[in-house]
Amino acid sequence: MNDTHSAWPHKDLLDVTQLNGEQTRRILDLANGFREINTRPVKKVPTLKGKTVMLFFAENSTRTKTSFDVAAKRLSADTFSLATAGSSINKGESLKDTGLTLEAMNPDIIVIRHQASGAARYLAEKLKCSIINAGDGWHAHPTQALLDCFTLDQFWRGDFKNRELLILGDIAHSRVARSNIHLLHSLGVKLRVCAPRTLLPAGIDDWPVEVYPDLEQAADGADAIMALRLQLERQQAGLLPDLGEYAKRYCLSERHLKLAKPGAKVLHPGPMNRGLEISDEIADGAASLVLDQVAAGVSVRMAILYLLAGRNEDKNAVA
Amino acid sequence: MLLLENVVHLEAAADLLIDDGRVVTMTPAGHCEYSPDFPRFDGGGLTLLPALIDCHTHLREPGFEYKEDISTGLSAAAHGGFGAIMCMANTRPVNDAAAITVFMLERARKSWPHGPDLYPIAAATKELAGVSLAPLAELKEAGCVAVSNDGRPLESAEILRRVMEYAADLGMIFIDHCEDPWLAKNWRMNEGRVSGELGVKGQPWCGEAIQAARDIMIAEYLDLPAHIAHVSSAATVDIIAWGKARGVKITAETCPHYLLLDETWLEGYNTQAKVSPPLRGPEDREALRKAVREGVIDILATDHAPHAAYEKDVSLDDAPCGFSGLDLALPLTFRLVDECAISEKDLHRLWAVKPGEIFGIPVNDFSPGDPADFILYDPGKEWIAAKENFYSKSWNTPFLGQTIRGRVVHHWHRGYQLF
Repeated sequence: MNDTHSAWPHKDLLDVTQLNGEQTRRILDLANGFREINTRPVKKVPTLKGKTVMLFFAENSTRTKTSFDVAAKRLSADTFSLATAGSSINKGESLKDTGLTLEAMNPDIIVIRHQASGAARYLAEKLKCSIINAGDGWHAHPTQALLDCFTLDQFWRGDFKNRELLILGDIAHSRVARSNIHLLHSLGVKLRVCAPRTLLPAGIDDWPVEVYPDLEQAADGADAIMALRLQLERQQAGLLPDLGEYAKRYCLSERHLKLAKPGAKVLHPGPMNRGLEISDEIADGAASLVLDQVAAGVSVRMAILYLLAGRNEDKNAVA
Repeated sequence: MLLLENVVHLEAAADLLIDDGRVVTMTPAGHCEYSPDFPRFDGGGLTLLPALIDCHTHLREPGFEYKEDISTGLSAAAHGGFGAIMCMANTRPVNDAAAITVFMLERARKSWPHGPDLYPIAAATKELAGVSLAPLAELKEAGCVAVSNDGRPLESAEILRRVMEYAADLGMIFIDHCEDPWLAKNWRMNEGRVSGELGVKGQPWCGEAIQAARDIMIAEYLDLPAHIAHVSSAATVDIIAWGKARGVKITAETCPHYLLLDETWLEGYNTQAKVSPPLRGPEDREALRKAVREGVIDILATDHAPHAAYEKDVSLDDAPCGFSGLDLALPLTFRLVDECAISEKDLHRLWAVKPGEIFGIPVNDFSPGDPADFILYDPGKEWIAAKENFYSKSWNTPFLGQTIRGRVVHHWHRGYQLF
């Protein structure tokens, strides 16, 4: 891979807020390079041979975990999984002890998903190996934001300035929304959010977003729309009357897309609730980038694994 | 008989004469009439303060001795300058029976026979479950001085009313931890800008103020006293001022941390700053400073809540609430004096005179006949807030690692020099 920059300055990837514009661009460019590998008949390069990547998913995940696993294996790293079910976490082991135990096996990188906001940072402060945050509570999901950004970059060709992106759905409890808002705002994208007030976070007035309670107004003139997954427990928590009413007001459908700019694209981090936050025809329609996002996920995660593992290499060389 | 000389009281050189555990007289330096054969103690220019009273501590014994026990709690109290502390009932078992109160007092007498004094607080309801009243008369007889459900705020306004009524007959004040059980559910910190950014569940300030309003209205309706614990928000201050203006017998406390810190201390998921009620915004902090200065909030308390180090070394979600407070309370309050937020005279009022008055605990105002409970404080002494410098068994505090200015050097209780 042709990455001639200096050593990557970050031990961990905890959130996109730690990246400057140049570093974001470096990840996107690298990912673009790795994309080609993923289309070869033999999709494997020896770049990270001998490196160990541990996948510690304390919360359910299908696509993110698989995506990291595929990305690491295509770079020839060895991957090991620890899921909550069947692990000591179920026996009451603390996050600290699980982290120290994993580190004692000398991984180069631990990829962590955890239900507690701040969990990735907690481990990063404790452990010497690199930590990649694959989602912590409601806080951050940096690789998702980077892959969303990579996907949009393919269509916007590097031109993010003054693009209008609408994020639709449960902003309050969404790490995807938080990380995307930080990253896309830093690239010059104008952000809108649309949700009932019960699903907006405290302090959103200070965020660089425009808030719309009404989806038609929110969609009007948008360059892209990102629908978020609605967690069904929000209804049980009393934040919504019922899912039918939610769908009536906030399910993204053709009529909303018609209000957006011609050629506007639709994103969704998955897994989708069809008919709840996104209609069938949109999910399967020409505007949908959902599968592009999944493909982008592998390339972007290869880039991040490469940068973090390579950073350790440099450090060892000096020592 | 003891003559304490060369000390500074409210910025003036003074002499203090005590006898038989009581104050005989305090005079400007050199004006004390005494016989030359009186024993004398050279105060070395240190600051003379009344021993403080803390109406809100958690000593964890029985049940959680790994966090604190009565002996270490009283040690932290003595070295923090406290001559009397009240301890909450959320032990295991809960202090809802005379036997528990007697046990607590026995442990105090055995470990610190000469004081500081321990005043247990009775559980308002059995097992703090909020369902049926604890045997308050029996608890009063055993030595409890007040009543509270602290640790598990009362949900039912009806139970709260009956507690206030029943306790009033016994001359016990009801202390309420104000927290709406529904608005304040599963929270980690104040709800606001920082909780939104960190992506954690917040507690809105109205979750406290609503319950304070409830208490004040019930107190007014019954014409009975009530005490609001650890006020954290500006709105609660306004509600208390409103109640006082209506003549309601309401008193209130806040803690040094609400006067010095705010929600930004939670940034980085700092579990050491997680406390109940949560640290709020800077505007709340300013309103609280004004309230203690002006007397809307009557007193200060530590809400000393020790936890083992490993219990705080977890995610913000999993961390327990509370700070170890007894070792730090006095120097932290002097920070407020240094910042001119309050005067040193206010400090005496907030930490000694008023709490004594509200809870009927003997207090030293340096008038003839007052109990000879006082401390000598070195305002310039610097030390680090660290494990090895705490007398408490736990050092969970957001001030951990900070340089602290000021420390209690000597402590007398009823004329007996504890150290």
